[in-house]
Amino acid sequence: MGFGPFLLLALLEGTVAAAVLALTAVGLSLVFGVMRVVNVAHGEFFMLGAVVAWFVAAAVPGHAAMGFMLALVVAPLVVAGVAALADWLVLKRLNYDPEATIVATIGLLYILQQSALTFFGPTPRPVEAPFTWRIQTPWFGYSGYKLFVVLAAIAILLAVWAFMTRTRAGLVMRATQVDRQTARAFGINVDRVYAGTFALGAGLAAVAAVLVVPVSQAHYLMGGDPLLLSFIVVIIGGLGSLRGTLVAALVIGLGDGVISMFFSPTLAKIIATLLVALVLVFRPQGLFGAKA
Amino acid sequence: MLWLEGVSAGYGGVTVLRDLSFAARAGEVICVMGRNGVGKTTLMKCIMGLVPATAGVVALDGEAMQALPAHEVPRRGIAYVPQGRRLFGPLTVAENLAVGLMARNKGEAVRERVLDLFPRLRERLTQVSSTLSGGEQQMLAIARALCLEPKVLLLDEPTEGLQPSMIAMIRDVVVGLRATGVATVLVEQRVSAVLGMADRVAFMDQGRVAEVLDCAGLQADAPQFRRYVGV
Ligand SMILES: Nc1ncnc2c1ncn2[C@@H]1O[C@H](COP(=O)(O)OP(=O)(O)OP(=O)(O)O)[C@@H](O)[C@H]1O
Ligand SMILES: [Mg+2]
Repeated sequence: MGFGPFLLLALLEGTVAAAVLALTAVGLSLVFGVMRVVNVAHGEFFMLGAVVAWFVAAAVPGHAAMGFMLALVVAPLVVAGVAALADWLVLKRLNYDPEATIVATIGLLYILQQSALTFFGPTPRPVEAPFTWRIQTPWFGYSGYKLFVVLAAIAILLAVWAFMTRTRAGLVMRATQVDRQTARAFGINVDRVYAGTFALGAGLAAVAAVLVVPVSQAHYLMGGDPLLLSFIVVIIGGLGSLRGTLVAALVIGLGDGVISMFFSPTLAKIIATLLVALVLVFRPQGLFGAKA
Repeated sequence: MLWLEGVSAGYGGVTVLRDLSFAARAGEVICVMGRNGVGKTTLMKCIMGLVPATAGVVALDGEAMQALPAHEVPRRGIAYVPQGRRLFGPLTVAENLAVGLMARNKGEAVRERVLDLFPRLRERLTQVSSTLSGGEQQMLAIARALCLEPKVLLLDEPTEGLQPSMIAMIRDVVVGLRATGVATVLVEQRVSAVLGMADRVAFMDQGRVAEVLDCAGLQADAPQFRRYVGV
């Protein structure tokens, strides 16, 4: 295979990574933007999505597509429910204090991870893809399912965008993000907005995980990379800026795909982390963030 | 009618309002005056439930509100124009108004009526509100509050930093509301502006309302202005 086709393959892989990363990072960005909570457990919500997807797929007999489709609906709902519960049990009681919630979500990270180890076990398990057809290029065959992942991610991101800009609930979330005290003075139940935002953020991570689990397997330690990459993306894009998050996800996802394929995944992570350091030094508000 | 009796409130260990009593009747404009830092803004926030009352009663039409969660207060019919406007800056003019309308489920008719009062906002519905001029921002802050069709309107220094023609316009709006039975509580530092629109003046001193005067016959050189406001 020549350089051209190899690059094409790398770009395809990068696009898939970018799509999944964008979904995950938008969830983290929403939670930080609206609630000012740095959710260190975000990667565990991702992991939980994959694990729940495995349980659902395993429980549904018949064609793999049935189980997968059900998982795509059930897993995000379950994970959103867990997040809403965590919000009510923990974050709300800390009054959403920015520092206290960091410590609390670190605790949540371990609780979720160890629960997964206990109930799901240490072995990685696959979820069967809903379909297996491949797209044939002159140089290599490529998974049609991976292209479906990209399209699904785009569709979900467009839906989130429409939700935030066109609906009442989205308006309420944006108003709360700007000024929670004034939002209260206009009848907005900020506690409910926060619970909903935390659930939505976690649900997005879970959707991303259900989409990737047929190509990567569910594992109780799988939350680490998505967390790290989401943080990188959110910092580069600008805290709380959805547009910045999307652009940064594309850059980091594609870069990660290409560099991983031509050099090594470790080098890709090193470069991404360096990029974060550069952004923090020269443009601390991120590429698209408003000045603090 | 808005009615406060024996209210205390503050921040952390510091008490700002001490045993404060105060009332605003339907269809009147009552001005609150007092020195900087006396607690006028705190009084507004306390009525809104944003600063909890540690003692006393805050009641609207006989219903005690001091124990309600803050977001229930505007739903009962109290609208707030905060000091410094506090618009939702990145949101458009239309979106700021939509937040106001949502509080009490008001619709198109109310929005039209509010925009009739502020035609300049109608021309700028899609403009991001932080890019409005200072005067336009104040109009929007008032319009957003009027979208609740409130029974009580709290205005915290709405004329701060505005030119005379803009102050006159705000006065016209406030005086117009009086006829519709709204109780308006206005924090205002300028004696001339107070005498131009208030029915009564409440002077704050040391965390309580020390004296309430009828504006009829009150002169700009009345000793109370010197004593409580230092003009
Ligand atoms: N969030 C807060 N935390 C602690 N103290 C506060 C807070 N807000 C106000 N204060 C204090 O409470 C007192 C009353 O403040 P407040 O803003 O109510 O005064 P004010 O009468 O509105 O003054 P001004 O005329 O300058 O607007 C001041 O001493 C102020 O420093
Ligand atoms: Mg004040």
